[in-house]
Amino acid sequence: MEQQLQLLKEEALKKIQDASTVKELNDVRVAYLGKKGPITDLLKGMGKLPAEERPKMGALVNVVREAVTESLETRMTLLEEEAINVQLEKEAIDVTLPGRPIQTGNHHPLTRVVEEIEDFFISMGYEIAEGPEVEKDYYNFEALNLPKGHPARDMQDSFYISEEVLLRTHTSPVQARTMEAKGGEAIKIICPGKVYRRDNDDATHSHQFTQIEGLVVGENIKMSDLKGTLDLFAKKMFGAEREIRLRPSFFPFTEPSVEMDISCFKCGGDGCNVCKKTGWIEILGAGMVHPNVLRMAGYDPSAVTGFAFGMGPERIAMLKYGVEDIRHFYTNDIRFISQFHRSEA
Amino acid sequence: MLVSTKWLNEYVNIKGIKPEDLAERITRSGIEVDSIIDRSHGMTNVVVGYVKECVKHPEADKLNICQVDVGEETTQIICGAPNVAQGQKVIVARPGAVLPGGMKIKKAKLRGEESNGMICSLQELGIEGKLVAKAYAEGIYVLPQDTIPGENALPLLGLDDTVLEFDLTPNRSDALSMLGVAYEVGAILSQGIALPKIEYKESEEKAEDVLKLRVDATTDNPMYVAKVVKNIKVAESPLWLQNYLMAAGVRPHNNVVDITNYVLMEYGQPLHAFDYDRLETGEIVVRHAEEGEMITTLDDVERKLNQHNLVITNGSEPVAIAGVMGGANSEVHDGTTTVVIESAYFAPSSVRRTSKEVGLRSDASTRFEKGVDPNRVQEAAERAAQLMAELAGGEVLSGSVTFDELDKTAERITISPDYINNRLGMKISMDDMLAILERLRIPTEAVNGQLVIDAPTRRQDLKIKEDIIEEIARMYGYDEIPKTLPVSESTPGGLTPYQAKRRIVRQYLEGAGLYQAITYSLTSKEHAQEYALETAPVTQLLMPMSEDRSTLRQSLIPHLLEATTYNVARRIDSVALYETGSVFLGEEEDGLPREVEHVAAVLTGKWVDHAWQGETKKVDFFVAKGIVEGMMERLGLAEGLSFEKASITGMHPGRTANILLKGERIGLIGQIHPTEQKKRDLKETYVMELNLEHILSVDTEELLYSPVPRFPSISRDIALVVESETSAGILETIIRQAGGKLLKDVKLFDLYEGENVENGKKSLAFSLTYFDPERTLTDEEVVKAHEKVLKALTVEADAQLRG
Ligand SMILES: [Zn+2]
Repeated sequence: MEQQLQLLKEEALKKIQDASTVKELNDVRVAYLGKKGPITDLLKGMGKLPAEERPKMGALVNVVREAVTESLETRMTLLEEEAINVQLEKEAIDVTLPGRPIQTGNHHPLTRVVEEIEDFFISMGYEIAEGPEVEKDYYNFEALNLPKGHPARDMQDSFYISEEVLLRTHTSPVQARTMEAKGGEAIKIICPGKVYRRDNDDATHSHQFTQIEGLVVGENIKMSDLKGTLDLFAKKMFGAEREIRLRPSFFPFTEPSVEMDISCFKCGGDGCNVCKKTGWIEILGAGMVHPNVLRMAGYDPSAVTGFAFGMGPERIAMLKYGVEDIRHFYTNDIRFISQFHRSEA
Repeated sequence: MLVSTKWLNEYVNIKGIKPEDLAERITRSGIEVDSIIDRSHGMTNVVVGYVKECVKHPEADKLNICQVDVGEETTQIICGAPNVAQGQKVIVARPGAVLPGGMKIKKAKLRGEESNGMICSLQELGIEGKLVAKAYAEGIYVLPQDTIPGENALPLLGLDDTVLEFDLTPNRSDALSMLGVAYEVGAILSQGIALPKIEYKESEEKAEDVLKLRVDATTDNPMYVAKVVKNIKVAESPLWLQNYLMAAGVRPHNNVVDITNYVLMEYGQPLHAFDYDRLETGEIVVRHAEEGEMITTLDDVERKLNQHNLVITNGSEPVAIAGVMGGANSEVHDGTTTVVIESAYFAPSSVRRTSKEVGLRSDASTRFEKGVDPNRVQEAAERAAQLMAELAGGEVLSGSVTFDELDKTAERITISPDYINNRLGMKISMDDMLAILERLRIPTEAVNGQLVIDAPTRRQDLKIKEDIIEEIARMYGYDEIPKTLPVSESTPGGLTPYQAKRRIVRQYLEGAGLYQAITYSLTSKEHAQEYALETAPVTQLLMPMSEDRSTLRQSLIPHLLEATTYNVARRIDSVALYETGSVFLGEEEDGLPREVEHVAAVLTGKWVDHAWQGETKKVDFFVAKGIVEGMMERLGLAEGLSFEKASITGMHPGRTANILLKGERIGLIGQIHPTEQKKRDLKETYVMELNLEHILSVDTEELLYSPVPRFPSISRDIALVVESETSAGILETIIRQAGGKLLKDVKLFDLYEGENVENGKKSLAFSLTYFDPERTLTDEEVVKAHEKVLKALTVEADAQLRG
């Protein structure tokens, strides 16, 4: 019986090695270890043995069974692995094929610039004020120290709807309206929006364009506060290395009035085509709010002062992104707009 | 304003300062120098020549063979100018010269004859044709006889000069004169300036004996000075005077006219010269024109005047439009012997209005419009009289004929140094301030720690304290201002809920695949009301630049369609654009149209484009609708949103809907009418437009979490057949109403019409989800609820249940 057992073991181990698929191996398992298999038969036959041999034989059968089981499992692991490998190979794909596109659009470049500016000033505690694009002559001009017949009105030829109503030529009327509404309170706002001037559309002019103006009114607002604010703004928008300079200028609603230049972000100030060899780029106009403007809005110019500034997002976008023709902003060519898809930190 | 540095140097010493440096300093302290023009253009080898002999070229009609003495030799030059003649002194560009524009002068042969250089016109030396005196406009320039052959011609012609072009802001009209510029440059350089010395001999005859003056319009003309100069010999001006005028952009005419223009440029005071004899009456009357009165101006244009135009008359008829242009009838001509010099103060508003109306802007009108210096009116007349005596041989009658009610007092401004420093955020000492004002020649006294300033009338821009602050700051230097930030109670800042939600809408639409467009608000009257959500009158411009941009839009769709056509024409077949912007509705009581912010979108072409995996999908109504639904859901407005079939002009009658929020119409959606599509070269195109202001102004409920379900939900499907016209929306409403509170969700998952379904009917399948957050539903409860739904569908929609 011992011999029989040994033969059985060798036969089983051989069949295990010969099995080449999981199924074949399972058949071997059933054949040898199943309820109807020879090992079970042997164990069943043990009853015929003398009582003293039974423990020894029992142990022997168990050893054989364990050996077969172990071999089976090893073989099974191997075959399963092979089977998986075959399956995986079948499932292989060309990873260079294009992915399913997630189609998203993006901001118009002007909105991108406007929101960047808005977010900077919001972080400085400003609110965003908006107003009508069709405006009264009073808010567009008169409340801004531009009475009828003022020579500076020539500077901004306007689209009139009637004697007293026109398409606003700047977003400053929002400042006048805000001051009037705030009735003497301190103010910190920026006013973005569309504006209109009687210009023929060409590479540098557009009859419709955008503007962002800022206004701070309160006790003790100084010209140095304006300079400090603009300096931070320039560094945020155009890079930490930017320097600013102020040049005297003229706007009817501010006095003193200045233009702000930033050191050229392309050449760093050495002179290049962007800065027209000067090292400086004109970015915005600003100044201290004219006392007449404060007075007309119900503020007492001897008690409060303010500063204001205004800039053109088109110009900033043109400088930042190297856009050469302002008309690109209004043709809505998808090949243009989609170039501003990517985010910039 | 063109400023010749050569001319400027007569008043302030700028020798030794490079024009670039001077320009930079002027720009930094207040007046922007736009460009620096080197009038020599780097020319060399341009000399005076004497035409010793001039004969016709035997082979060419239009050419002359000239023997020209150029100093070191006499050389042959072929000249094609019609006005070249023997005995002339001319400008010769010798071989080796390079003229502006790049022409290189070489020895050459012209039709067999040698030519060693070129006899030049002024244009060939870089002077604009419109500045060349008429006599030389069509040919070579002829120099005065006292020039010496071989002499460098550039200094003679004033071309050894650099001109600074000022871009003047409207407040700095003081710099519209050489003297004004001299004051400014003198202040910048801390230098004194030399004013012209006015000295001349007067004759015994008095001006008032030969000329009478009456001013009827004293508001528009508060000061009028007339001087009379006799025995004038009208001729060409001396070269230096012509050179200065050309450098300043003024064309020389004759000595009398040139002198008035010279004084205009020097003092900023426009003058006019009348031929005394042509006045005929010995009288000048300043008055407003009569309605319809006519005058022929110097440019030979007959102009019709109206009642507010100020005119100079001879007592009966106009001889000039005051401050704008003289009349042809009293013009100085070659035979003029007696001249009336007019120097006046015309009210800026009057000149501005008239100049606009008659469409004439001149060097004179631009200065009057800004207000000339009241204290220079008399002086400028004297200066002109002096020059007419010196340069035209005139005899100046004594005195002036004057009308004068003009206020010439200086504005007094009292300001404390603290006030200045507080506004600037600086600490400039009083002494420094006084020094700056001294440099600017602004008379100032320090009284009790205050600056008491008498602003000179030449500086019309100095009126209030802030103007003085600017003077101090710009001369002290803006670079010296420190950088600080406003100190105020800190404000939180931020977007209003409306602004924040508008950003959400933009982000949503971009996330959904649309690009943001920005189109024009102005459109044609014809298109202004297309696709408008509301009916309202249009808002039109008084003076549009073109019919295409004459009227404010009432819908964003037309321009979005235009942008789509633009893209499609450039082979971008799939277009997805949106815009947020205002539309302009009619006229409100307030006088302003109502501006309403809308959001609109346009979609055409493919929506999903992933062909290699078989996934491509054309844009259709439901793509557009899904975008609207998603947007409203994002805004918390999904509930109450509904769509109802609509018929709208320009839209596909079967594929268009109104968008409703709680029953109120807030927008439209659908396909563009195929005829419209064809007109615009578009294929199937869908649009939507919603009243953004309405949507963003709706108060939404606060966002509150509801517990994640702990109990399972149960689904039941319904398949039914209904009449084709029965809308899915109605069926869904019936199901929801009948389903009661256990019914949580209804989803259409199949729609079929055609084979196996009776004609005129359609089959739909819905999946219904039942759920109770408190417990697990029993089968009986679900069956009960579901049966109610089935019954309702049968009764209310005449539905046949299937399967
Ligand atoms: Zn640069």
